[in-house]
Amino acid sequence: MEQQYIDLYKEHHESIKKHSAEVMNELRDNSFAQFEKLRFPTVMLENYKYSDLKTPLAIDYGLNINRIPIPVNPYDVFKCDVPGINSYLFFVVNDAFYPVNEPRNKKLPKGVIIGSINEVASSHPELLKDYYGKLSKTKNDGLVAFNGAFAQDGFFMYVPKNVVLDKPIQLVNIMRSDVNFMANSHNLIILEEGAKAQFLICDHTVDDVNFLSNRVTEVFVGENATYEHYKLENTHTKTTNLSTLLIDQRASSNVTANVITLHNGITRNTIEIDLDGEHCETLLCGMVIGDKNQQVDNFTSIIHNKPNCNSRELFKYVLDDLSKGGFTGKLYVAKDAQKTSAFQTNRNILLNKTAKMRTKPQLEIYADDVKCSHGATIGQLDETAKFYMQSRGISESEARLLLMFAFTNDVIENIRIPALQDRIKLLVEKRLRGELSKCEGCVICQ
Amino acid sequence: MLQIKNLHANINGKEILKGLSLTVRPGEIHAIMGPNGAGKSTLASVLSGNQAFEVTKGDVIFYGKNLLELSPEDRSREGIFLSFQYPVEIPGVSMVNFMRTALNEHRKYKNLEPMSATDFLRTMREKKELVEMNSNLANRSVNEGFSGGEKKKNEIFQMAMLDPRLSILDETDSGLDIDALRIVANGVNKLKTPENASIVITHYQRLLDYIVPDFVHVLYDGRIVKSGGKELALELEEKGYDWIKKEVDGE
Repeated sequence: MEQQYIDLYKEHHESIKKHSAEVMNELRDNSFAQFEKLRFPTVMLENYKYSDLKTPLAIDYGLNINRIPIPVNPYDVFKCDVPGINSYLFFVVNDAFYPVNEPRNKKLPKGVIIGSINEVASSHPELLKDYYGKLSKTKNDGLVAFNGAFAQDGFFMYVPKNVVLDKPIQLVNIMRSDVNFMANSHNLIILEEGAKAQFLICDHTVDDVNFLSNRVTEVFVGENATYEHYKLENTHTKTTNLSTLLIDQRASSNVTANVITLHNGITRNTIEIDLDGEHCETLLCGMVIGDKNQQVDNFTSIIHNKPNCNSRELFKYVLDDLSKGGFTGKLYVAKDAQKTSAFQTNRNILLNKTAKMRTKPQLEIYADDVKCSHGATIGQLDETAKFYMQSRGISESEARLLLMFAFTNDVIENIRIPALQDRIKLLVEKRLRGELSKCEGCVICQ
Repeated sequence: MLQIKNLHANINGKEILKGLSLTVRPGEIHAIMGPNGAGKSTLASVLSGNQAFEVTKGDVIFYGKNLLELSPEDRSREGIFLSFQYPVEIPGVSMVNFMRTALNEHRKYKNLEPMSATDFLRTMREKKELVEMNSNLANRSVNEGFSGGEKKKNEIFQMAMLDPRLSILDETDSGLDIDALRIVANGVNKLKTPENASIVITHYQRLLDYIVPDFVHVLYDGRIVKSGGKELALELEEKGYDWIKKEVDGE
């Protein structure tokens, strides 16, 4: 199934390059060569054994190599999920940054650059050349290599030294197409020393076709910088969302990442956080609510390269019907990373006998003075708690709901944008009630 | 109000209740005493609808309705309240949310509108005072990290909120120090009206110093083998249960 893309690249790489900035093209041929060697990942690979991508990758997708503008009014789609959070608002449609005339965005603090990565690569090549592909090019991952070969656009954000963004940056990523469609976006986020930013990315799908998004996001968090990354996925069942998030943390930086899958088709999140300076703080959370045939695999790595860093990881899944969940918590503590403290928890509830969860902590510790722990559980709802509630007049269905909601609560509590936290609480509750929290633009979810 | 007739119940195939009969009328307090393993807690579980127990024979009629056909939540909405011997901790579910949901489900059952937020909070405040409960309770998860005494107070607090017609107190005194026991018993006494009734299940006479029963029943080997007034409790306290066992087993 790779062959069609290999042929496509060989035949059209000139067109791809013609519509892309030089900085992005520099890595392109190398990425392609890597992909030819690695191919798409299969379950035979240890890192992909919970992600069976054979079926979605076999679908014939269109790519928009010649960058034909796609007609869409993003505001029509965006009546939905997280309104009313006071944010700077941006759109990416498929893999193209979509410029809108948003009055509130004019008040961005001085020096902050946000826009299309392809355009910024042409207008400020100096900003990209040290960063673009720096984390992704060594990843030895077929999907990442594929992205390097085919990515032509994406979201770019630069926050200069000591600049604090007063409001969250909200990126709405909309998949819109009349035919089966594949998007390879490459996002780049740079926070200089002492900068602060909150970033929220919402994934939505609009049309009743098969979508495959293969996204790579690179984030550079400078010394003393603070970065929060929230990803809210609410896509339809015909979507395959392959997302690689690579974060590099410098000394005394603070990162919170929280990935929430409310509704989807097939999702693979690869998250790698490298702690490349001392005294870093990292909190990585995630939550999955799955039913029908949904698949979600969160493959996470936290790499402690330097001493005196703290990391904490918390993932929770509630799975029903025939849904499948996967979680890998890789923790690497380098030989010199003494005084590391790293805690990992993955807890899962299976609501019936057909849902499946596979979880794997994977700790590699080469330092000898560290505090590390991990715990993984798979269980059912607490029957005694349910009966206790029923004995107070609460119906069984409401009791189940309260218990599921309570279970996911600590992940939601780790959202530090209050309006977003409230909104997600509401969405989770609606989702658990079976009133789908889909966006109004969605056509096929039911 | 409540008629239990010839009730038989099993758990895991083992028969625990073997033909228990009991009648409770409004305004009455019944104490059920008995040695360990007699079936006291089983009676409480069966009345509240715990699925772990299987009723094999007998009837339970509550205000004309067949109680055994009702779900646990409907029994509660009909006015049955069980104070658990071991109240359950529910991390992540706040007391406020839990209580508001319960109360409004009761109201819905009676075709009443949900209670307004202000009325609800005022009611919570009033009822908390009844059991001298810590005021920050509302923000905590149900029973999570509560001491033994706080958990039992919380049971009586919930009872006050739901205003049941029949309350069943299952070993409410177990694990309580004397102060907590007094507070819990005071709460129960204040909630007493001529219209409601209580079944107090206890192993010791101690609680009955505070909650004075109209009737005392001795449960042994799955049946009520002796009934009397409150003086029976004192006799049991003094002489233990052996004489009753001998009386029954010797039959």
